Amino acid sequence: MEYLSLFTKSIFVDNMIFAYFLGMCSFLAVSKNVKTAAGLGLAVIFVLLVTLPINYLLNTYVLAPDALIKGVDLSFLSFIVFIAVIAAIVQVVEMVVEKFSPELYSSLGIFLPLIAVNCAILGGSLFMQQKDFLNIGEATVYSLGSGLGWFLAIVSLAAIREKMAYSNVPAALKGLGITFITVGLMGIAFMTFMGISL
Amino acid sequence: MDAKLKETILNPIFKGNPITVLVLGICSSLAVTVTLKGALVMALSVIVVTGISSLILSLLRKTIPGRVRIIVQLVVVAMMVILVDQILKSFEATYAIDKQLSVYIGLIITNCIVMGRIEAFALGNKPWPSFLDGVANGAGYGLILLVVAFFRELLGSGTLFGIDILNRFGYVPNNLVILPPFALILLGCIVWVQRSIQKDLQEK
Repeated sequence: MEYLSLFTKSIFVDNMIFAYFLGMCSFLAVSKNVKTAAGLGLAVIFVLLVTLPINYLLNTYVLAPDALIKGVDLSFLSFIVFIAVIAAIVQVVEMVVEKFSPELYSSLGIFLPLIAVNCAILGGSLFMQQKDFLNIGEATVYSLGSGLGWFLAIVSLAAIREKMAYSNVPAALKGLGITFITVGLMGIAFMTFMGISL
Repeated sequence: MDAKLKETILNPIFKGNPITVLVLGICSSLAVTVTLKGALVMALSVIVVTGISSLILSLLRKTIPGRVRIIVQLVVVAMMVILVDQILKSFEATYAIDKQLSVYIGLIITNCIVMGRIEAFALGNKPWPSFLDGVANGAGYGLILLVVAFFRELLGSGTLFGIDILNRFGYVPNNLVILPPFALILLGCIVWVQRSIQKDLQEK
């Protein structure tokens, strides 16, 4: 039951976008239509699912105090280790996907390299470090949940922006301004999930 | 100081502001604006990181092969962020703020402003202008951060820098302002004001 609770919590309550603003840059830039938004969302889910468990293992067995050598605390290196793992994994994933599934590659291709510098991925690893998960199962469930939450957020924003093309927005508010306000209102809607646990 | 350098410094503050015009670095900018103190520390950290990493990469620009430049950039930026984080942790006054900013100090690494300025400016310019460009972009980012934090702390807690301003007049703090979504709405309004003044930025 704990896993289910963690899963729903990471999708709705601790939503990457609406509660922590992670991955905003690409979230705003790539949410103009639903199809590309879904592509980027899938890529984020995938990369989070791969990198977060790896970073969890590194954090527990290498970086944590006393983990590698008794009396040595390597946790100050965590930023550089995490970002290196993410950049390397993204590169490998890109090559594997290109080799084995050219179709998926052509639909995700442009987004994959961008994901290395997506805050949501590094943020996921940093939150994992803060939350002190008990085992790798929890870390994996958390990564899947936050990825899905990000996917949900970008697809729904893209759907709203597609419809918004028909509405009469004040000239100075058009584009960026109204998108910020829309995301804010969506965030208020997501706040109603607060406190829910299964 | 010649006109080009002046332009390099002044442009990112208002006309080409990294947040409201280029839409870079939104992620971290919103979460740290609940209090002015946190926003100020975050702004200073970003200024230091963008300035010095632009300087270092501009010095290295002729020796880095094009294909591995992203990795090199990430390593330099990550190193700078680790230094800033360790410095913040080592003083009693800033330790509490470092705890409050939590993961967002680490997220300066993936802050698009840092990478964006290195790619767009530092790799093609001499060290001194690159340093100024980095600092100026950090300052433009910091300005927006402080404006958002000013309204959020004043309306959300009735204080500024922790000093009571509104509460003594019987103001009831508005909790909605402290919640994350309000920061986005506020930023939307800042964009609205800026684009009403600078008509050429409006989107069709």
